[in-house]
Order: sequence, then C-alpha cells, then structure tokens
Amino acid sequence: MSKIGLVIKREFDSRVKKKSFLLATILVPLLFPAIIGGMLYFAIEESKNAEQQKVYVLDESGTFNFESDKKYAFEELNINLEEAKTIFTESEAYALLYFPQFELDNPDGITMYAKKNPSLQASSYFKNQIESQIRDQKLKESGINEAELESLKTNISLSTINVSDTGEEKASSAGVAYGIAYAFSFLVYMFVLIYGTQIMQGVIEEKSSKIVEIIVSSVKPFQLMIGKVIGVASVGLLQFTIWVVLIFVLSSAVFSMFDLNPADMQTAQQSMSGMNGSSETQEMMENSKVGEILNIVYDIPYAYYISVFAFFFISGYLLYGALFAAVGSAVDNISDAQQFTMPITMPMIIGFLGTFMFVMPEPDGNVSFWLSIIPFTAPVAMMARVAFGVPAWELALSMGLMVVGFLGTIWMAGRIYRIGILMHGTKVNYKTLLKWVKTNS
Amino acid sequence: MHILTAKNLNKTFHENVALHNVELEIPKQSIFGLLGPNGAGKSTFIRIVNQIINADSGQIQINGEDLAPKHIGTIGYLPEERGLYKKMKVGDQLLYLAQLKGLSKKEAVQKIKAWLERFEASDWLGKKIEDLSKGMQQKVQFISTVMHEPELIILDEPFSGFDPINANLIKDEILRLREKGSTIIFSTHRMESVEEMCDYIALINKSEKILDGEKAKIKNDFKSNQYTLVHRGNGISTSDAYNLENKKELGEGLIQSTLKLPEGISSNQLLQELINQKVDIVSFQEEIPSINDIFIQLVKGDKQNIPTS
Repeated sequence: MSKIGLVIKREFDSRVKKKSFLLATILVPLLFPAIIGGMLYFAIEESKNAEQQKVYVLDESGTFNFESDKKYAFEELNINLEEAKTIFTESEAYALLYFPQFELDNPDGITMYAKKNPSLQASSYFKNQIESQIRDQKLKESGINEAELESLKTNISLSTINVSDTGEEKASSAGVAYGIAYAFSFLVYMFVLIYGTQIMQGVIEEKSSKIVEIIVSSVKPFQLMIGKVIGVASVGLLQFTIWVVLIFVLSSAVFSMFDLNPADMQTAQQSMSGMNGSSETQEMMENSKVGEILNIVYDIPYAYYISVFAFFFISGYLLYGALFAAVGSAVDNISDAQQFTMPITMPMIIGFLGTFMFVMPEPDGNVSFWLSIIPFTAPVAMMARVAFGVPAWELALSMGLMVVGFLGTIWMAGRIYRIGILMHGTKVNYKTLLKWVKTNS
Repeated sequence: MHILTAKNLNKTFHENVALHNVELEIPKQSIFGLLGPNGAGKSTFIRIVNQIINADSGQIQINGEDLAPKHIGTIGYLPEERGLYKKMKVGDQLLYLAQLKGLSKKEAVQKIKAWLERFEASDWLGKKIEDLSKGMQQKVQFISTVMHEPELIILDEPFSGFDPINANLIKDEILRLREKGSTIIFSTHRMESVEEMCDYIALINKSEKILDGEKAKIKNDFKSNQYTLVHRGNGISTSDAYNLENKKELGEGLIQSTLKLPEGISSNQLLQELINQKVDIVSFQEEIPSINDIFIQLVKGDKQNIPTS
C-alpha cells in the first residue's frame, strides 16, 4: 500500500471505529424522521381539530358580504363601533372587521381588531377577501351585472413548464426547486464545517502529542496532510451515505405508518407552510395538487443533481479542508486556532447567508452569479442555483474555478503545514504564515 | 567504510545559521555520540538526515549513495519529543509505523510480536497507549524506532523518561543492536552515557563542528600530562622531573599530589625519581580528562586548546 494510502486508512479506521461515530451515524437518521413525523403529526391533528373561528363584521358601508367557511364564521353586527368593540372583547371571537363609510376609489379606515397579533396567514386571507370584494363592487358600478361578474371569476392553478434548449418540456415547481436548493446547500455547508474542523483537530492532536516528527521521518508532510484530508472525507462520505439510506428508509416507513392520504398531506403542508413564511411555497402548496408535486419529484434529473452535488461537495471540502489543516499545523492547541478559523468560516457563512438572501429568491441575479462563481462561496451557492437551472457555461466556469481554487488552497496549505507541524511554542501570526508559504525548505 | 558522510552541510532559518559547513563521517557498526549544547544545531542535523527538512547546501551520503526517500526504511529515528497516538492500540500503532517504514504487513506483525516478547510486553498488544504508564509508552516508542531493523538508528536523548532499570534495558538493547551490525547516532547531554557507550564522538557548537573522532583518541589528545599520586608521610620535594600542581591531605596520613610532567619526561622516569626520594607510594594514576571536561572546556570557548589531530 502506498504511504498516502496507509495514512488514509489510519485516519479512516481511527474515526470509524469510535463509538461516537456509530452513535452519530445511527441516531441522526432516527432523529430526522422523528422530527418530521412529529411535525406532520401535529400539523394534521391541528388542522383536524381546528375549530371554526368567529369573526364579527361591522359594515357601515353596506358593501361587503362574507361567506362563512371551514375556518371562519362571519357574523354581521348592526351597532356602532364602540358597542361592537365591547361585544368583541367580551366574546371569544377571533377578530372584528370594521368598515366605515368609504369611497370605493379611496378605501380608507378599514380596520381589523384582534385580541392578539393575527398570523400572517390570517391577515393576508382577510386582505385578499376584502380586496376582491371591493373589486367586484367597482366592476358592478362600471356596469357589469351579476351574471357577467360570476363568469369572470376563474380559479386557476399555475403550473410551470421548463422548456429546455432541445425543446423538451418539463414540469417544474419553484417549491420543489426551493426545497432541493435548501437541502443541498445546507448539506454542503454542514459537511465542510463539521469535517473541516475534524481535520484541524486531528492535525493539532498529532502536533501536540509530538508524534508528527516520527511520522514525517517516514512520509512527506504533504502526503500526511493529503492523507488526512482524504481519510476524514471518506469518513464523512460513509456517514453521509448511511444517513441518506437510513433517512430514506425510515422516512418511507414513517409516511406509510401515518398512512397519509393526499388530502391530509395537503392540509398538513398548508399549515406547515405558515411556518416557513415564504409566499412562494405557500402559493405552490395551495395551488398544485400533491400528485403533480410527486410527478415533479419523480422527474427530477437525479443523476445530474447528484453528480453536480458530489463535485461541489468534494471540491468544497478539499478547498476548506486544506485550509483547516493549515490552521491546525500553525497552532499548538485548539484555543489558539480561533483567530485563524474565523477568516476561513467567514466566506463559508457569507456563502450560506448569501444563498438564502440572494440565490433562493433570485437564482439568476447578479449577486447569485458571483456567489456561485467565486470558489469560496460556490459550493453552497451553486448547489442552490443548480436546483433552479443554470446555464451550462456558468456551471463549467464555476467548476473550473473550483478546481483551481482547491488546488490553490492545497498548495498553500501544504507549504504552511510542512513548517507549522514542526514548530512548537512559536506565536504565529499572518505574517509568519506568509513567510512560511514563501520559504523553501 | 562509513554509513553516513556529511559534506559541507549548511542550513539557515531566517538568518539564523543552524549549520555551517558541517562535515561528519560516521563509521559503520559504531555508537556515535553527537554532542553539543542546546541550540547548537544537533536537531537540525538529525532532521536533515531524516529528510524532514532539506539542507540549503551540502551533501549527505548513506553507504556512499546520496540521501534519497528510499533510505527512509534504512533509518530508525527516536526524536527527543516523544509521542504516539494516544487513542490507538499498541499493536495498530506499531503496525502503522512499521508499514510507513516500508515493511509488509506480514513482516511487521512478526517483528512486532518478537519485539514485544523481548520486552515482556506481549499483553500490551490490544491496549491503548493512553492506558500505559510513561515507561511502557517509552518502550513502545523504542520498539517503533528499531523494529524495522534499520542500519542507522538515530536516538535523541534516548534515556530521558526511563527509570534506571529500563534505562539499562535500553542500553543493553543499543549495544546488542550494534553487535548485530547497526550504527547508532546518539545525541545527548548525558556525558556519563557517552563516556560509557560511545566509540566516536562529534561536538557541535554554535552551528559548527568543532571536534570529532574516536573517543579514546580524543581523550588522549586532551591529556594534560598530569598524574595523581597518593602517598604516605611527608610531602615530596621539588624536582626537575615534575611540577607539583596541587597537594591535598586525605587524612590518616595520606597525601594526594597532582604532578605535571614537563616535555620529554616519561611516567617511568617520574616513578624512578619518586622511588629515589623514598616516597611511600600508595597509588599512582594518570589523569585522563572526562568527556564532560572536554565538552565544557571547548564550549566555554578556548578553542585554541584544541589539539590538532
């Protein structure tokens, strides 16, 4: 076996044989379906048990007419506002809607009284209702009769189709893309951070236990570093694979246990969509049918996603892993490492936050483009963009720069590492690191 | 035949000269003491031989061939700062280090078994390093240095951390390894072990080699032609045959005199003179400087005294 191979094997074995590895590998996949299952369970229960809530309507304009539905029961009051308020506060009602006399062109003073802050979902529900009724009123005034008005109303569900260069059409969904983008970029972020830190700890351990001098009398420091980076990566990949398989199996088990039928699923999704607050997902959840979503999920080009994912996953890890190894080699203990890990994790965090702030809302925007091209933020940002569709040349450019990026950091880290691991008790700052990079040994 | 030859070796760390034109020849199957005060450049030299760092200029040859990665398996190295993977089992650890030195797994397993038996430590195989005592860890470390039967063994302060019993055990092992054909480079501050074990020594001070050669010869060269005489009765009278350097009463009528002989007078002539004077001689001995004396004398700076050999 080659020397790098031996180092990889040791790094791999020493981590995989630990009890904590076994524990984490088994517990995490159990945790996720448990959380998802639990949330689904409560969401379903809540929507089942949700009582119709009473809403008082005090309409001085005489324009509005609300129909009670599953969620809200409307009751008209014909008293003045002060009395209505008293009735409302003494009742168990959810809200009081007050419509003063107003001009249709300038609807002013419409107020919703509530005992506690109404949810975003509720207030937007009422807003939509009121707006559409005012619109109807305006249309009537412009001479459209009741029958015509009724025929104008259509309930549409917008399904989006992606047309590729070859003219192939594919159903797509912003919501599904959003979910994939979220999952992939989050995974890359977590993986790099968790296993990058492990590399650093491993290097510090070797250095502080002084074994490193014996090892480097047998292997080149660069071989040791690369071996460690790859060894830790294999542990991560193994763990990751086990997680995916276990989560998949367990999740299917959970879903089948709840025997979720589409209607339940939809109500559950509706009540859950209130939690993540994105109007986009909400719209998607409400408009599309579960079957459609499932079709879209089945139609995802998995091979493409997974290979792109694997690329950014591994290259992002190599880029940051090398830097973490360099930091580990430069310091004597974990607490000294702090000052150097900050600048490494910063671009990572910027990439992650940027993905949420720019890439997900606007995958083709300018900021999104740059985030997905610069190697330090690309692994996270590009994974999010890929879910929404990326021009081939941008993907190729990003990948090319990524390769240049990780080769660059590995080269630099190697030069710091070979000197750093033999240094004890020296206070290291950025100037020293730069000097090491420039030194020929 | 020399196992190691260093020619014109130079190494500078950011303007600090660590080695300056160092030349060394280490004969085969010897124990070679590499001496020098802290920071003299010994560790730098050892690291260069182990190919951990490269020299700026100069040349090192192992058995007449330029030092190359293939020599890694030829060398066994015990650094001054010891360490092993704390969480790794003794067996796994030794196997890993042996394989890094180029042994096949099968060979390595065999050698590890044999060595652990030698040290009566076969039951350590499955124990983690952190569960062993410090002395036991040191033994494992020593095994890891020699188990691949290197031709050249470099030991940096090998006895530090050992109790006297284990230190003796290691000493016997070192001597046995030399008998079996290995060459040992021995870097230490402990002059008594140099005195006891080394065949050759080299002294490095302030990045330069200031002395090297066969230990016995060096000691001979540093003789100051002085004799210690213990005798009874009165003091001895002055004579042309010697200068009385020092005189000390030892009690019970015994006197110790230090006599220095001028050029051209032999010890026999001195004895003749003493017998003529009817001095009652109890013991008579030539004063041979210890390596410690030579070390201190040279490092303290009077280089003029270095005999040309």
